[in-house]
Amino acid sequence: MSTQAAAATGHVVHRDPIGAKTGMWLFLFTELLLFGGLFVIYTVYRHMHGADFHEAAHELNKVMGVTNTFVLLTSSLTMVLSVAALQRGLKGRSLQWLAVTFLLACTFLVIKFFEWRAKYHHHIFPGNPHLAELPAGEDLFFNLYFMMTGLHGIHVVIGMIVMSVVFAKIRSGSVNAERHGTLEYTGLYWHLVDLIWIFLLPLFYLTN
Amino acid sequence: MAADNAAGTATIHTGPGYTGSYFDTPLDGRTGLWSWLTTTDHKRIGLMYLAAMTTFFLVGASLGIMMRLELLNPGLQYVTHKQYNAMFTLHGVIMIFLFIVPGIPAILGNIILPLQLGAEDVAFPKLNLLSWYVYMAGAVMAVTSLFTGGGAPDTGWTFYAPYSLRAGTNVSLAVMAAFVLGFSSILTGMNFITTIHRLRAKGMGFFQMPLFCWGLYATSWIQVIATPVVGITLVLLGMERWVHIGFFDPARGGDPILYQHLFWIYSHPVVYVMILPAMGIISEILPVFARRTIFGYKAIAMSSMAIAGVGYLVWGHHMFTVGMSDTARWVFSLLTFLVAIPTGIKIFNWVATLYKGSIALEVPLLYAVTWIFLFSIGGLTGLVNGALSTDIHVHDTAFIVGHFHYTMFGGAGIGLIAGMHYWFPKIFGRMYDKKTATVAWGIIFVGFNTLYFPMLVLGIMGMPRRYADYLPKFHTPHMISTFGSWILVTGLIIMIVNLVRGARRGPKAPDNPWGGTTLEWQTTSPPPQLNFARTPENPGDPYDFTRIIAERGQGR
Repeated sequence: MSTQAAAATGHVVHRDPIGAKTGMWLFLFTELLLFGGLFVIYTVYRHMHGADFHEAAHELNKVMGVTNTFVLLTSSLTMVLSVAALQRGLKGRSLQWLAVTFLLACTFLVIKFFEWRAKYHHHIFPGNPHLAELPAGEDLFFNLYFMMTGLHGIHVVIGMIVMSVVFAKIRSGSVNAERHGTLEYTGLYWHLVDLIWIFLLPLFYLTN
Repeated sequence: MAADNAAGTATIHTGPGYTGSYFDTPLDGRTGLWSWLTTTDHKRIGLMYLAAMTTFFLVGASLGIMMRLELLNPGLQYVTHKQYNAMFTLHGVIMIFLFIVPGIPAILGNIILPLQLGAEDVAFPKLNLLSWYVYMAGAVMAVTSLFTGGGAPDTGWTFYAPYSLRAGTNVSLAVMAAFVLGFSSILTGMNFITTIHRLRAKGMGFFQMPLFCWGLYATSWIQVIATPVVGITLVLLGMERWVHIGFFDPARGGDPILYQHLFWIYSHPVVYVMILPAMGIISEILPVFARRTIFGYKAIAMSSMAIAGVGYLVWGHHMFTVGMSDTARWVFSLLTFLVAIPTGIKIFNWVATLYKGSIALEVPLLYAVTWIFLFSIGGLTGLVNGALSTDIHVHDTAFIVGHFHYTMFGGAGIGLIAGMHYWFPKIFGRMYDKKTATVAWGIIFVGFNTLYFPMLVLGIMGMPRRYADYLPKFHTPHMISTFGSWILVTGLIIMIVNLVRGARRGPKAPDNPWGGTTLEWQTTSPPPQLNFARTPENPGDPYDFTRIIAERGQGR
């Protein structure tokens, strides 16, 4: 990221880990604000339709939601272990932990898929005319649920893609004990994905 | 990376010590168009933005001319109401999202910021190139939306719900285009903030930065903070059209006014994205052509940050008539008035800079002074809209149209033109014809006021905005305004032709034609690929003219 001019031209490549990290934090900041817009909409409609929101929250499967929270929290831990291993020069260990993180992300999505599928069978899905027949607040609640967990799900998928790329880079040695920035920033991003879920859980599953 | 800069260990022929122009620098055997499309050189990327944005500006301006032509006489002459709706929407979308929001940061910011900081490039050169491609992708989507689907969008550039949810026109693609363009804007903002934090020359503190950098710094923060909010809002608007999620649909319990809030939370701060870098340009030009230090450096720098901060909290003043609580209305009105204070601080400091200066009435200064004049009208008419009582009278009238053209075109547009005339010899290494440039300036000044001032009058008389037809009593001001559009476009064409000719075969310009003190004037014109043959250190006060006066004299 912090190369000055194309490395291909043969210039001395400048590295600036602090600059790269500054850029990454700014990016995470914009991610927070992206979700921020949705949190504002949630707050406004919950204020307007408090009772409907409580009613609708009964429909969500708390067990699955809480299980997924543990899955994601654990994946954040394994991500940290991967970074720490690479910093100590333990390439193989780092790759193992990264693979575990990847599998946990998969697990999260699989559980999420079954949740969404159950809702789908109950005709609760954006675009389904059944939603419009529900009280306005429940209608808004489920649409918010799908928009917010959907956007979060997209972020999980992006995280998995990035992890695969970093996995390949660690294997090839271009990300290593000295230059571990890429893995570290992937970790930062992953923690953000985790953090946003920690807010989604109480707002949707635990409101009743 | 600042520390690495000073090391300067490169020994390649294009590295430090190399003084050939960045135009000629061979890039790893890449030549011609390919060497441009794959470049990570901030100056080349800036010029690519310049080429793209000039094109879109001309398209937007043509739409404006066509609208004025329709308004020359009462009744419908050339277009239907629906076509007129599409025209003002396209004019707005193209001018705002493709030209004026990204304009100064992407063109002059890219080219000048690293030069003024004494850096070799921006912090993330590859990301910089990526943001150009993202911009082009968004631009292609925006242009495609005009010809495909149900026809060009006719919602106005604000895409207000609930009409935008139901319109049969190609709103979805236009909205996605705006989302993609916003992404490009965020990438540029992140890049500039990191560049300013990490790549200042050795010994250059924040308060030794030129004021254009301060303007860009404030701008970048707004881009980073505000753009994601409109991004998600536009995505939701798209989802609403696709699967009817009901967030902004009153029939489903949603609230269309919430859309307006979310839209203006971004779109009001973004007017400061347009104006702050222009203010930075004015702060650069005035001291150089008055040959004395800027008056109130810290006040100008801090007022940029104050405008960025307070400007984030005033969005509600776009919505005084849509149904907000009285408390919200007076709070937003008060905050709006507060923005005028840092703006006033700047204007007084600029005038004080000129006072007893040794003034050289060159083209950049003519534009800078014009800027102050036009923006003062724009700013003061803004207070008319910001006051609750008068806003009721002028809301949604031609007065608003006149007001924001004075601020946007008179501010950001003229600022960009001023900056182009100021940095032109640095960018191209050649000089434009000054006499022609002065004539073009005169025509633009007259045309601008003839075009937009009657709009203020029309608005107070009661002429609503966004109407293709009008009552006979509005005929005379409309006619004058349309004549003004012809004068203005003549001036713009002369200016553009003159600049293009100057860039191609104007006389060679010296490295520092105006007697500027900031770092960009201390390298060759045009600069080498890595900007400086010797990495600058300890630049000191950016507006210290002692050496220039010693070399060239106080007088002119």
